[in-house]
Amino acid sequence: MPTAPRARRGELGQFWRTFRRNQLACAGAVVVGALVVIAILAPALAPWDPNKPDMKRILEAPSSKHWLGTDQIGRDVLSRLLYGSRISLAVGFVSVGIATLIGVLLGAGAGYHGGVVDGGIMRLVDLMLVFPRFFLLLAVLAFLKPSIWTIMAVIGMTGWMGVTRLVRAEFLALREREFVIWSESIGAGALRVIFKHILPNALAPVLVASTLAVGDVILIEAGLSFLGLGIRPPTPSWGAMILDARSTLFTAPWTGAFPGLAIVITVVAVNLVGESLRDALDPRRL
Amino acid sequence: MTLFALRRLVLAIPLLIGITFISFMVIQLAPGGPFDYLRGEESAQDSKLVERLNKEYGLDQPIYIQYWRWLTRIARLDFGRSFQPDAKPVLTKIGERLPITLFINLIQMIIIVALAIPIGVASATRQYSLFDKITTVFVFIGFATPDFWLALLLMILFGVQLDWLPISGLRSLNYEYMSFWRQQADFVSHLILPVTVVAFGGLAGLSRYMRQSMLEVVRQDYVQTARAKGLPEPVVIGKHALRNALLPVVTILGLSLPGLIGGSVIIESIFAIPGMGQLMVQSVFSRDYPVIMGNLVIVATLTLLANLFADLAYGLVDPRIRFSGRRGRRR
Repeated sequence: MPTAPRARRGELGQFWRTFRRNQLACAGAVVVGALVVIAILAPALAPWDPNKPDMKRILEAPSSKHWLGTDQIGRDVLSRLLYGSRISLAVGFVSVGIATLIGVLLGAGAGYHGGVVDGGIMRLVDLMLVFPRFFLLLAVLAFLKPSIWTIMAVIGMTGWMGVTRLVRAEFLALREREFVIWSESIGAGALRVIFKHILPNALAPVLVASTLAVGDVILIEAGLSFLGLGIRPPTPSWGAMILDARSTLFTAPWTGAFPGLAIVITVVAVNLVGESLRDALDPRRL
Repeated sequence: MTLFALRRLVLAIPLLIGITFISFMVIQLAPGGPFDYLRGEESAQDSKLVERLNKEYGLDQPIYIQYWRWLTRIARLDFGRSFQPDAKPVLTKIGERLPITLFINLIQMIIIVALAIPIGVASATRQYSLFDKITTVFVFIGFATPDFWLALLLMILFGVQLDWLPISGLRSLNYEYMSFWRQQADFVSHLILPVTVVAFGGLAGLSRYMRQSMLEVVRQDYVQTARAKGLPEPVVIGKHALRNALLPVVTILGLSLPGLIGGSVIIESIFAIPGMGQLMVQSVFSRDYPVIMGNLVIVATLTLLANLFADLAYGLVDPRIRFSGRRGRRR
């Protein structure tokens, strides 16, 4: 009986070699890894309490005491940046996780069953895609109690369409393959065929798309927080820090420059990992 | 072609109904209804007010009746009135602002296309050259830079520090006293910063896509054939490769429209441009829900139309699409 082709040790080694040869990919992975460590260890790393104002030390320039200066109510910018990484990464990974889960389930259902199920799900995808995501997010957030969980859920639920299309396309291609027809012919149930035989072979492009989506989501969260509709103060979020710095950016550039740089570095790193995964998993594309 | 166009049009109708359904359901998410925030802690007066408003706007009816009523009204293009004190019809409010957003998006689109296609072609034909590497770096930074942050930095540099460009609104205060040409110059100078910021991210995306598309086409047999029969390289690239590489770009432009319009939310808020995005943010903060629903319906419908248009354009330039009834490579 033919079994599903899995990534064998040799293929995995090939993948790893391609990935490693790409030095930029390594740099991206190292930065993302460092950010995760920073987010976890933020309480230990932060030299000051990120939310404690100090009215005697308003808008101080970077110094040995406050490496990145203080903001308009005397809070330490570096400490707020470190804590802010928690929000960005948590929202990035959880929202994309939600979107990927929805996308995989719907895409698998559409691609496996075909017919009316497929038609219905794909029309829903078309429908969701005509709404500018930011408009939809604003409309929903206007009426919900703001919290990090709402933000994660709402961003996740507006971002699953791409994954659905990808998974459906993979399923359409894979379900005619011999190993699938074989396992069906010996009586494997639909769920078993979907999750055990087809899905593992369809995951590579999903992994790439989801990694690239993390960067997008981090930018979206920052944008929402900048508009005052995302993470609420005093919780330090990079977008909200830039909002706070709007009026002081000219006289005290460190209040707004560093959170912006943090976003750029994070998103570049995540995208480098995503693009390199794409190259490593699919050598046809350059 | 007529059949193809008709089929596309018919397929758009259920989407149109879907748009109204989603726009309506979004508002229903509000726990306790859109007036619930008026309810004070203990005050019975507030509760009465909420009930009166709910009744006035028919919100005490079952959801499906509310939806049906709303649907039949917007079928007659009646989107209701704003909850703001001015109580303007929603359609009037949107009508005042839509042209501005569309105009900025159009300019931005022209700039992006005019720059991204040559950049994409150049970096694809000189893959891994210094130019290609520089544009790749630019693309990665363009993808990762928050537009609001870039906007603030440029405002400080060009608006405050150098004092070259205005940073807010679309017209100067003394606009009415200017000569005609001064007025045009004033208007353009107000547009430079916002358009630069919105074009920056879009440029990164489209030039990357153009490069990808070109790289795939250059490897095709017909391009090799053109080379083999001794055509000069500019003709091979400009005529045989470019035309085919441009095909998927038509679709991508249609599909990228919601992103562009979505991007106008932040830019219009920062630069105080009275467009759809700013209207959306304002109505979200004041919970002006007829305007929010109207905004969603109009913006989504416009996107639908733009996609339809891109589809038809694609069918026109690529006969294969018409016959198979499906678009080619879609991401």
